[in-house]
Amino acid sequence: MPDPLLDVQRLTVVFEGARSMVTAVDNVSFEIAPGETLGLVGESGSGKSVTAFSILRLLQPPGRVASGRVVFEGRDLLSFPEREMRQVRGARISLIFQEPMTALNPVMRVGDQIAEALTVHGLGDKNEARARAVELLDAVHIPDARRRVRDYPHQLSGGMRQRVMIAIALACHPPLVIADEPTTALDVTIQAQVLDLLRELRARYNLALLLITHDFGVIAEMADRVAVMHNGLLVEQGPVRQILRAPVHDYTRRLLAAVPGMRVGGRQGRG
Amino acid sequence: MALLEVRNLIKHFVRRHGPWRAPTVVKAVDDVSFAIEEGEMFGLVGESGSGKSTTGRCILRLIEPTAGDVFFRGENVLQFSRARMRRARRDMQIVFQDPYSSLNPRMRAGDIVEEPLIIHRLGSKAERRARVGELFTLVGLDRDHLARYPHEFSGGQRQRIGIARALALSPALIIADEAVSALDVSIQAQVVRLMLELKDRLKLTYLFIAHDLRLVENICDRVAVMYLGKIVEIGTTPTLFASPTHPYTRALLSAVPVLDPDAPRQRITLDPDSFDAGAPLKEVGASHWAAV
Repeated sequence: MPDPLLDVQRLTVVFEGARSMVTAVDNVSFEIAPGETLGLVGESGSGKSVTAFSILRLLQPPGRVASGRVVFEGRDLLSFPEREMRQVRGARISLIFQEPMTALNPVMRVGDQIAEALTVHGLGDKNEARARAVELLDAVHIPDARRRVRDYPHQLSGGMRQRVMIAIALACHPPLVIADEPTTALDVTIQAQVLDLLRELRARYNLALLLITHDFGVIAEMADRVAVMHNGLLVEQGPVRQILRAPVHDYTRRLLAAVPGMRVGGRQGRG
Repeated sequence: MALLEVRNLIKHFVRRHGPWRAPTVVKAVDDVSFAIEEGEMFGLVGESGSGKSTTGRCILRLIEPTAGDVFFRGENVLQFSRARMRRARRDMQIVFQDPYSSLNPRMRAGDIVEEPLIIHRLGSKAERRARVGELFTLVGLDRDHLARYPHEFSGGQRQRIGIARALALSPALIIADEAVSALDVSIQAQVVRLMLELKDRLKLTYLFIAHDLRLVENICDRVAVMYLGKIVEIGTTPTLFASPTHPYTRALLSAVPVLDPDAPRQRITLDPDSFDAGAPLKEVGASHWAAV
């Protein structure tokens, strides 16, 4: 077993109010190996997105990491000064959000947004970055990339916007990408295309993926291993086949039983 | 006789671009016909913009259709006067997708459920309150929460309020427009179970509009697939899912993630030139039609 790329150790995140404190992430530990895809599943409020934000240290007050370590490439990110953390975000770990329309800058051409991801990390000057933006749009299969770099986000369809988001996330060749419900807002045929693209890029760049989703279908398509969260706790973790076919924890069983077309412990068949 | 029959329904939206440019016409619903039998759970599926919600709304005349006929118990509701239509809606109710925006945030849950009874002038105040209490119990809500506001309920509970409101007038047909799409999977399962229970108990008929094919496969008796304003395929659920015939249905079904990591994945990409978009539905099997 190679050293893990990301090693989250006993992470606890709390949200403090004036009179109350909520533990959103409770003593959660997991690892991701280079090139591996870990699916993090759970329902709304389970703490899966808070976990992702904590890894990137994007948590907003009143949320804060109360204890734990986030060891990435051998070093604890939680001990980094903010200036150093900025060099990790986007360059070493990048993030793909659910809603590309709110994550993209509506008044900036998509090519410039991709180029910006490169120039802020000192990867090339403006002209090099622009040329690279075309290559990246090409890599995420946006037709006519040379012309599309000049488009604004509203000129693109939902699926194309999500491809632009992926292009930005991949601009600096990060070894780890965190994808938070990357296909939830998309129609099923567009979702299939985006998942196919993620699979292709994952293989080409040996990406590790922390895939946050509530959809066991997406998990079955993408994940090597699965971690299930419920009320801030990581209740079960294991290889994807084991979790889908022989879940041990009662919550995982109940969650799987609620999925339409899923028979826990058996193979599901169509028609 | 079918409980609901939709014939050649058309809804065109005209977009004007000012005085100097020709208006464009969006054919949201483009010659749609289907019939739902009493007690049936009929699924209408499609992706965003396929026209499935517009179809649902045209049936209730929440949007006036451009042309076509909608027969409910043999009567053409599109020819009803406003007053007659309002009475007809007692029998045809809708449950919306978003329990956050479809309930008035400034009304108490009990009043939300009671409102249809007031609008239709049914019963005395005491009788209405008793009915609201019954409805709360029927949908699995706590009668002690009648005075609460929508924000004090969870998403699943809010959708139960929406269902209770729809049931207040004892309708025969429920149009469920993505009624469970916004809910977490375990909550979704509970609300779906409730809807199925109510169907048996109250002899309801459903038009179940949804984009989740796995869900539709599990609960609907028959399914119609919409694509660009048209029904491209319609049939009994097991038949349609086992042998999809229209290229769009095939592409759509192949895009649904399979819950088995070892299942072979064969994505079918839709080639819009591979079929005639104007082809009429023809019988391709027992109770199975496709526009091929």
